[in-house]
Amino acid sequence: MKAFLILEDGTVFTGTSIGSQREVISEIVFNTSMTGYLEVLTDPSYAGQAVCMTYPLIGNYGICYDDAESERPWLDGYIVHELARTPSNFRSQDTIQNFLLKYDIPGIAGIDTRDLTKILREKGTMNGMITTDEHYDLEAVLPRLKAYTTGNVVEKVTCREKSVLEGTGKRVALMDFGAKRNIARSLNQRGCQVTIYPADTTAEEILADHPDGIMLSNGPGDPKECTGIIREVRKLYESDVPIFAICLGHQLMALANGCDTHKMKYGHRGGNHPVKDLATGQVYISSQNHGYVVDTEQVSPQVAVPAFVNVNDGTNEGLSYTGKNIFTVQFHPEACPGPQDSGYLFDRFMNMMGGNQ
Amino acid sequence: MPKNPQIKRVLVLGSGPIVIGQAAEFDYAGTQACRSLKEEGVEVILLNSNPATIMTDGDIADKVYIEPLTVEVVEQLILKEKPDSVLPTLGGQAGLNLAMELDESGFLREHQVKLIGTTSRTIRRAEDRQEFKDAMEKIGEPVAASLVVKTVEDGKAFADTIGYPVVLRPAYTLGGSGGGIAYDEQQLIEILENGLRLSRVGEVLVERCIAGWKEIEYEVMRDGAGNRITVCNMENLDPVGVHTGDSIVVAPSQTLEDKEYQMLRTSALNIISELGITGGCNVQYALNPDSFEYCVIEVNPRVSRSSALASKATGYPIAKVAAKIALGYTLDEIPNVITGKTYASFEPMLDYCVVKIPRLPFDKFIGATRTLTTQMKATGEVMSICTNFEGALMKAIRSLEQHVDSLMSCDFSDLSVERLKQALQIVDDRRIWRIAQAIRLGIPQEEIHRITRIDLWFIDKIAVLVEMEQALKSQAPAEQSRDGKQPESLPLLDEDLLRAAKRLEFPDTVIAELTGRTADQIKEMRRQYGITAAYKMVDTCAAEFAASTPYYYSVYGGRNEAVRTENRKKVLVLGSGPIRIGQGIEFDFCSVHCTWAFAKEGYETIIVNNNPETVSTDFDIADKLYFEPLTPEDVENIVNLEHPDGAVVQFGGQTAIKLTRALMEMGVPILGTSAEDVDAAEDRELFDQILEQCHIPRPKGQTVFTADEAVAAAGQLGYPVLVRPSYVLGGQGMHIAVSDEDVRQYIGIINQIAQEHPILVDKYLMGKEIEVDAVCDGEDILIPGIMEHIERAGIHSGDSISVYPAKSISQKTRETIAEYTKRLARALHVVGMINIQFIVCGEEVYVIEVNPRSSRTVPYISKVTGIPIVPLAAKVIMGHRLKELGYEPGLQPEAKYYAIKMPVFSFEKIRGADISLGPEMKSTGECLGIAENFDEALYKAFLGAGIRLPKYKNMIMTVRDEDKPEAVELAKRFEALGYRIFATLNTAKALQAAGVHAVRTNKIEQPSPNLMDLILGHKIDLVIDTPNQGAEHSKDGFLIRRNAIETGVNVLTAIDTARALVTSLENAERTKLTLIDIAQVRRRS
Repeated sequence: MKAFLILEDGTVFTGTSIGSQREVISEIVFNTSMTGYLEVLTDPSYAGQAVCMTYPLIGNYGICYDDAESERPWLDGYIVHELARTPSNFRSQDTIQNFLLKYDIPGIAGIDTRDLTKILREKGTMNGMITTDEHYDLEAVLPRLKAYTTGNVVEKVTCREKSVLEGTGKRVALMDFGAKRNIARSLNQRGCQVTIYPADTTAEEILADHPDGIMLSNGPGDPKECTGIIREVRKLYESDVPIFAICLGHQLMALANGCDTHKMKYGHRGGNHPVKDLATGQVYISSQNHGYVVDTEQVSPQVAVPAFVNVNDGTNEGLSYTGKNIFTVQFHPEACPGPQDSGYLFDRFMNMMGGNQ
Repeated sequence: MPKNPQIKRVLVLGSGPIVIGQAAEFDYAGTQACRSLKEEGVEVILLNSNPATIMTDGDIADKVYIEPLTVEVVEQLILKEKPDSVLPTLGGQAGLNLAMELDESGFLREHQVKLIGTTSRTIRRAEDRQEFKDAMEKIGEPVAASLVVKTVEDGKAFADTIGYPVVLRPAYTLGGSGGGIAYDEQQLIEILENGLRLSRVGEVLVERCIAGWKEIEYEVMRDGAGNRITVCNMENLDPVGVHTGDSIVVAPSQTLEDKEYQMLRTSALNIISELGITGGCNVQYALNPDSFEYCVIEVNPRVSRSSALASKATGYPIAKVAAKIALGYTLDEIPNVITGKTYASFEPMLDYCVVKIPRLPFDKFIGATRTLTTQMKATGEVMSICTNFEGALMKAIRSLEQHVDSLMSCDFSDLSVERLKQALQIVDDRRIWRIAQAIRLGIPQEEIHRITRIDLWFIDKIAVLVEMEQALKSQAPAEQSRDGKQPESLPLLDEDLLRAAKRLEFPDTVIAELTGRTADQIKEMRRQYGITAAYKMVDTCAAEFAASTPYYYSVYGGRNEAVRTENRKKVLVLGSGPIRIGQGIEFDFCSVHCTWAFAKEGYETIIVNNNPETVSTDFDIADKLYFEPLTPEDVENIVNLEHPDGAVVQFGGQTAIKLTRALMEMGVPILGTSAEDVDAAEDRELFDQILEQCHIPRPKGQTVFTADEAVAAAGQLGYPVLVRPSYVLGGQGMHIAVSDEDVRQYIGIINQIAQEHPILVDKYLMGKEIEVDAVCDGEDILIPGIMEHIERAGIHSGDSISVYPAKSISQKTRETIAEYTKRLARALHVVGMINIQFIVCGEEVYVIEVNPRSSRTVPYISKVTGIPIVPLAAKVIMGHRLKELGYEPGLQPEAKYYAIKMPVFSFEKIRGADISLGPEMKSTGECLGIAENFDEALYKAFLGAGIRLPKYKNMIMTVRDEDKPEAVELAKRFEALGYRIFATLNTAKALQAAGVHAVRTNKIEQPSPNLMDLILGHKIDLVIDTPNQGAEHSKDGFLIRRNAIETGVNVLTAIDTARALVTSLENAERTKLTLIDIAQVRRRS
């Protein structure tokens, strides 16, 4: 069946429908990872967005449910050049087509994804619609596209209830703003007992559990929408508990300290972004997924100093909070998908919590 | 970290002659690195014995030495030029081995010369089997159970403990020379004995066999500060067991999920860190397809064939970055020139799929075993890029120029299902065609996978192509209705079907054949439907950043990104495709220089080529690079977009020449010599007319189509005759026939491939072979020099030792040659290059071949005469006159040097190939010996070719009757040098009768001890075996030559070559080498 991708600027791509045939309006972004499509599909940070994969051959190794980064796909739509008809891998349990159908996620295949990527690169991230309705009325659709906002998507993707991942080591409180599973897993592998809290949990409640460290997770959407959470994060900042934050968590901590964030033209989404550790000068290849970034110019050195910078565009990739046992990064040391080069940051967090005893 | 200020003068080691396993990729890497070093203000001293390379040009390095790559030469060069550093990682295994020897001997330390790029400790830890194993164990990286052995006994004992099959890998050899898989003790003994001999250190690794696992490679980079990135990973379609150089390789990996991808990526980064490599490195893995189990197969601590492929596949210039790292820069300081925005410290992301297919030489070595093993056999490779795997595979297939354009090109339809299932076990160059046939016959994909161990994903993609064949076939009219119907009256094909077929890169010709239409009709249908090729950019970043480097590939079904530029005159330069015997790196040298010459005159330049190993496909050579097959259809698509003002076909070998007519039909003017005149040189009758008009004699000959005609012609001419197809390069299919049976047999071989062109039967003349390259501006002719072959006519010019200036012809003959050259160039209206081969018998000069194009000898003769022939020819093509360019027409004064081009062979790599020389070219590369006197030049040439004598001072002679008188003279000279000569009965008798103390030895079929025992006993330095001409090759001779080659013994099959060698040996003692900076060679005038 034919499907159409209609962009806010009036561009229309014609392709084939994959997954659900439901119509969806969403923000359109692209991801340049060549492997790890299931991890992308199940990354809660994509809530409110439809993702275009720039690598043209998707689904080659099928679906292995163990690799999912959350219990379901959270993105709104999926855009690929070609979906493999016969996946091949010893762990493959399913196909992307079935997976999308199972979770009612619409998608489009067979379009020139490079062309779409170039449009997004030139004009910036924009909204779009995936539809199978051949009789769409462009005049009527475009205003709807312009009006769309992702809204407060953290609410949608966070867990409903507190849960615990048992461990005998440090006790870590993980604020789930849409956390990828591998964050908890990375801590758990280091012996931590990880307690996962819904995003609307108050600071008091978390601190009452006396964690050894607090982990602020990644998550979707515009950080400034999370006004309530920012207030709680501020309280966590004021506690003396060591804090490590990733992606949205990093942005929220910055906002809680009077910094500002802005939306990037088209963000960083992929597994090849070089980040430089300013303390050592070492460069690591990182996994990234963010559309907003912290404005470092306004960060007072009394509050925090840049700890990582993006080698490509010089944007901020991490902050070290002055006088505090707090360290935050914009990229994803938990990888999945992507390079594992910065996994050592979890060890740094362990040290912040007093080592592995 | 900024550049190290202590590095000011760097000696770069090249890789020497092209051999299987070490080809053009090192010219690409070396050229890129030298330019990168010069850019940084570093003075570059280059050493490479290969004159056909671009890196040995005066404008690539500051000082250029085309001298043998031996320890003695490097030492002498270091003393002469006093570099502060040596960069050994760009010259392949040859460069690394040299650096190791210099380091181990303490020479470098003594003269305060640093190894940059990588340390000797690193090289040792990566290359020495035991040290490597220890390093991997230290960081917990798994390697297959293995043991380094120095004796066959130890190998047997270890194999017994780990069980057969086992893999054998000799230490420090090239392209896995001497390696293989042994399935039982007998095979183990055979391979191990040979491997121990070939290894520089007499060590072979015996390893658990992991054949059938996925073979995956990572290209990684690391700088001095410890920053690491992966440039690319690649997956071999063939499971472990086939050398990666002979595998079909795809980039990036297709069947690895992220956990597997990252697991191996992390491993590769850990390895490059542990080994302390600064620069590029290639890590090869075997990955169990049914678990996360993997092992490291091999690490190459240098740029390699794979890194050249990775560079072209991603746009990331590995060699250039490696050179900058060697100077001290860190990855985050080196800009990515493609995007201009990012730095070298990022990982390329592809938004396309790359397929590489090796070019195997079985069309040259008809008797050779086609099986692919861990011993590499390919001479070159093609690469293609597409947004789908099927399309990339189809494009790569037609880029091979081996008469294949689809998965139907090799016909296995005579095999039954059962027979085919058996045949699927054969791993050779035709395996994907067998798989396609298996799919056609309905053999389940699972079963094909079980037999071949090729991943189902790839098999399914082949199935997609087969299904498309069938869909297209269903559009063909039924046989009965077809009879009466012309294709013109058939309906249009379904638009969606045609779009789908083009998306999978089915050429129009194949669609036409399947649907019963003509290619023109398909083209017309495409025009009506608006189905055209679009071009996408290779930009290293999957379109995340704007890129300015116009490096394109075609797709069907996408938006075009290549913008037609209008402001400048535009020239299309057609490259020469994959490196093969007969058409090697020389033609890339010519294409690149032609491009540069046009650019200098203000032209916009466009290169079309498909060879990832070459300089011409580096993204900064031409203004635009189209990485595409060189077929009329693919070129026409580019022409339709670019509308070039003209095309140059003279420099891309036969590949480009073959496109001449098609280009004219597209309305593209051929710059330089016209297509009609190209034809006139190839068309026998037209050519005869021209020779007659010019009063130039040629050996008598006739044009025939059938065997009967050929026999009749031979009868008239009288034997021996030369039989060959027209329109070929490298003497392919050319044979000397001495009987009617020979003629019939050869015609049969030639006609195995459908001939559009006639077959030539010529009288074979035994004389001196002379070769000339000349530039003609339509009026005046410039002849840089005359080359003479050491071997008499009958041995292909590419396999002959070539001497410049010609030393044994008279002044009168020289003048005759110059005069004939002038007449021919004018008669053929040559504008640009012409290559003529002559035979001189006494004072008589005959023309045997004329090629109105650039030839194999052009780089060589350019360098040794100091005349930039290609730029001159290019300028002439652009309309300049030789006189206005400052050249006095005619034969140029001789240089004050003798320069000898020595062919180099790769016979030991091709099992079953007959090594005897004849009219069909067999050499893979060449090296140069240059000196002020002939003897030294010859000595250097032999040294450069790797002929190191003597070790044992034992040799074998077995010569045909007509050579016996000359053999006596040679034997006496060898004997005088202290050689003990073994000979078979007849040769021994002849030698003994003349007073040579020859030792008579039994022939192979006679009881031991016989010739074979001598050879296998590893006590022989040299075999001189001159086989009889004609098809009546003795099996004995073949076995002697094969066994000698495979045990690393030098074999000469022409008496003239042997004479040259003995002359060189006689002078060896008193020869003191004088090194010559060829960048300083200027004409004496």
